[in-house]
Amino acid sequence: MPKLTVDGIEVEVPAGSTVLQACEAAGAEVPRFCYHDRLSVAGNCRMCLVELEKAPKPVASCAFPAGDGMVVHTKSDLARKAQKGTMEFLLINHPLDCPICDQGGECDLQDQAMGFGSHSTRYTENKRAVTDKYMGPLIKTIMTRCIHCTRCVRFSTEIAGVSELGMLNRGENAEITTYLENALDSELSANVIDLCPVGALTSKPYAFVSRPWELKKVESIDVMDAVGCNIRVDARGQEVLRVLPRLHEDINEEWISDKTRYACDGLKRQRLDRPYVRKDGKLQPVSWPEAFATVSDRLKGLKGQQIAAIAGDTVDAESMYALKRLMTELGSPNIDCRQDGAALGQGPRGGWLFNTTIAGIEDADALLLVGTNPRWEASLVNARIRKRWLRGGFPIGVIGQSLDLTYEYEHLGAGAQTLAEVADGSHSFAKVLKTAKKPMIVIGMGALSRGDGSAVLAQAHAIAETYGMIQPATVDDDGDTRPGWNGFNVLHTAAARVAGLDMGFVPGKGGADVAGIVAGAQSGAIKVVYLLGADEIDTDPLGDAFVVYQGHHGDKGAHRADVVLPGAAYTEKDGLYVNTEGRVQMGFAAGFPPGEAREDWKILRALSEAVGKTLPFDTLVALRQALMADHDTFAAIDTIEPAAWGEFGASGAVDDAPFTSPIENFYMTDPISRASKTMAECTETFVLRRQPAATGTNG
Amino acid sequence: MSSKPIAEDKDQPASFTWTPQSEKQIAVILAKYPEGRQSSAVLPLLDLAQRQHDNWIPLAAIDAIAARLDMARIRVLEVATFYTMYNLAPVGKWFLQACTTTPCWLRGSDQMMRCIKDKLGLDNHGRTADGQFSLLEVECLGACVNAPILQVNDDFYEDMDYETTATLIDALKRGEPPVVGSMKGRQTSQSIAGPTSLESLKKSDGVPAWFAGQKAAAAGGDD
Repeated sequence: MPKLTVDGIEVEVPAGSTVLQACEAAGAEVPRFCYHDRLSVAGNCRMCLVELEKAPKPVASCAFPAGDGMVVHTKSDLARKAQKGTMEFLLINHPLDCPICDQGGECDLQDQAMGFGSHSTRYTENKRAVTDKYMGPLIKTIMTRCIHCTRCVRFSTEIAGVSELGMLNRGENAEITTYLENALDSELSANVIDLCPVGALTSKPYAFVSRPWELKKVESIDVMDAVGCNIRVDARGQEVLRVLPRLHEDINEEWISDKTRYACDGLKRQRLDRPYVRKDGKLQPVSWPEAFATVSDRLKGLKGQQIAAIAGDTVDAESMYALKRLMTELGSPNIDCRQDGAALGQGPRGGWLFNTTIAGIEDADALLLVGTNPRWEASLVNARIRKRWLRGGFPIGVIGQSLDLTYEYEHLGAGAQTLAEVADGSHSFAKVLKTAKKPMIVIGMGALSRGDGSAVLAQAHAIAETYGMIQPATVDDDGDTRPGWNGFNVLHTAAARVAGLDMGFVPGKGGADVAGIVAGAQSGAIKVVYLLGADEIDTDPLGDAFVVYQGHHGDKGAHRADVVLPGAAYTEKDGLYVNTEGRVQMGFAAGFPPGEAREDWKILRALSEAVGKTLPFDTLVALRQALMADHDTFAAIDTIEPAAWGEFGASGAVDDAPFTSPIENFYMTDPISRASKTMAECTETFVLRRQPAATGTNG
Repeated sequence: MSSKPIAEDKDQPASFTWTPQSEKQIAVILAKYPEGRQSSAVLPLLDLAQRQHDNWIPLAAIDAIAARLDMARIRVLEVATFYTMYNLAPVGKWFLQACTTTPCWLRGSDQMMRCIKDKLGLDNHGRTADGQFSLLEVECLGACVNAPILQVNDDFYEDMDYETTATLIDALKRGEPPVVGSMKGRQTSQSIAGPTSLESLKKSDGVPAWFAGQKAAAAGGDD
């Protein structure tokens, strides 16, 4: 633990720290461009020069190890002069196009030039110009602005795991580019836009749209997958213009996936902005009272068994709870939140959570992935697995599709057969799990949403117990508690799923699940089906059932609906979401729903009154209180409590068919991303591989 | 200096395969590096590919090297574009690398460049239509004693001026490259007017006069 003096303040920093980290610990502000906490040290921008006593010249603090007894000055004349000189060099070739640059207002170079630069330049020669590069539909490049910090290169190589970006040539001719100007093929690619300290890499869909100070910034939670990434929603008026990541060390660190970031333009298209009722085979706009009257007329006289409700993948916990209460009032046990038919929801809570937690992956020492493609199902979980893998000593086995996951793994097999072999110890990977101290298994929806999901789950349960993945917390002789280890993980794909399972939004006694509801609707046993944002089921076999669709986009559900109740998207309502780890997080509204659309819980509350079964909450707070009183896991916001463990799954015959990920197209998985133009472009480029010829000037 | 040109698609061969000879050399090169550190061999392999393939490296060879060394293609391309010694576009049969760094420039590299321009019409990165000559301006070639230097393929021609450059180009055109080294006939890097030091050695059959006298005195003493 070296002790240093920085600007007269003595600090002690962990061994292996750099001088820059010591300066930060002492509260001194050191300018930097290339240095980034989460990337390897490059030391090439030279902006972080500080004066180090007894050193012959200023040192680059980001790359200089902190030593005991060092005396550092960050604001001395020498340090200031060095920083000023570096800034002058950096600005030699940087264009003065701040007024038309999208980075303006949130530009490190702009800020640091104000803080550490000089008032004018002494450079009168021509500036160099660099041709712009094509990097795909998301990243706009103005390469003349590049200062060669190589943050983007290091991010794509180290964190995204796609070595496609690089710096070609050298000296004055150095240029950042992808290999032969191909699109940067990573689901995390757009993070380089945030990392770029200048305006060289900017957001293509957001180009020339707005200035940062015009935006209202709301901190919220993402619903594009079940990771629950922390995001900041930037809106101007009612329009969501962009989504940015927000720091959460235990979930997304400071990255988000391209879908999270860019699906927001789908919020402006295909919106349901007024209630509709199907008349003469066509959906006609109606008033709210008329829509409610139509629904309550239809419900009149129906028995509970004749009504069913399915909750969608992106709905908030409150509206699901309200719907569940309403269905209970109506006497219906036919409720389900598992549109894909995943065999989850029975037994203890630990049976459907990502128990290890995302941050916990870093403690694991062996991993078995079953029926999942984490790269597309949960990009940030995949990034965490890669982070752990890079540290070494982390054997990974995959049962399912053999895909590029950005790390090396052993492909054990394709289907349940291999899983059984691992479970009974006859497979060679069983030995790896056996010797590991903290092994983990991740089972995806590709394995659980099949007909034999329950049996597969039972096998995973057996593996977890056989290979010591479940270790209870122990108390040693000194009375210190050694935390336990739970290596059993379910990787969800739907943001609403865990909340639904936690509150028991599953068929009650004698109730039908999604398949049963669809079959019942087809046979006529179920007369009314209530779809709460449920767009992922096949609506064709719903037969003659009366379908009420409550949601925000004119997607599959609304097309089949007889009554459409326009709801709010995730950026338009306050709501609780529970991620795959079982972490409850609160999202906040960045604007109002369009037109006559309303927040979902309000719609259900109003509908309950219309059908004469008024729900006992008039405010969101009262609803939350009721929810938390019924299900106490919802009361612990952003904390992880070890979930109960026990028996779950049912032994039975398994199918030999290979596991396949439920996600065929990463960029289009829910109504919002399906309505997004940007996501359509990404689909063209990355999934369908219809890449426009790179000309070098089409940036 | 400007960005290194990369051959256009029409000039890029569809595939690249190592010759058996190269394969033998690759085995020798790779054996120099420990397991898992094969990427260190990227420089010699790029050189090998260039020698095998008419003195330039096609993108197919970059792919082949990346696959062989388990590197990303962009990492190989980064190295190939960093060093001026690697050509990524076709070069002439006679690949002229003219040094214009300070010592050569002070000793008249401008004359050499002017002659190349006059006789071949070449600018930096240029190649003659017949594919015989191409020119690259390079930084110090490390032979400043006999500046200016013009490197032709692997050989140094020294003491270039307008006339000697013209002579050299004419000889190359005839396919008769002159003897490498100084174009003004001096031996290695000694003075153009011949040796100026240790001349006394020459006159006394390799024995310095003072030493010869001493030797004689010592011999006489013994008698």
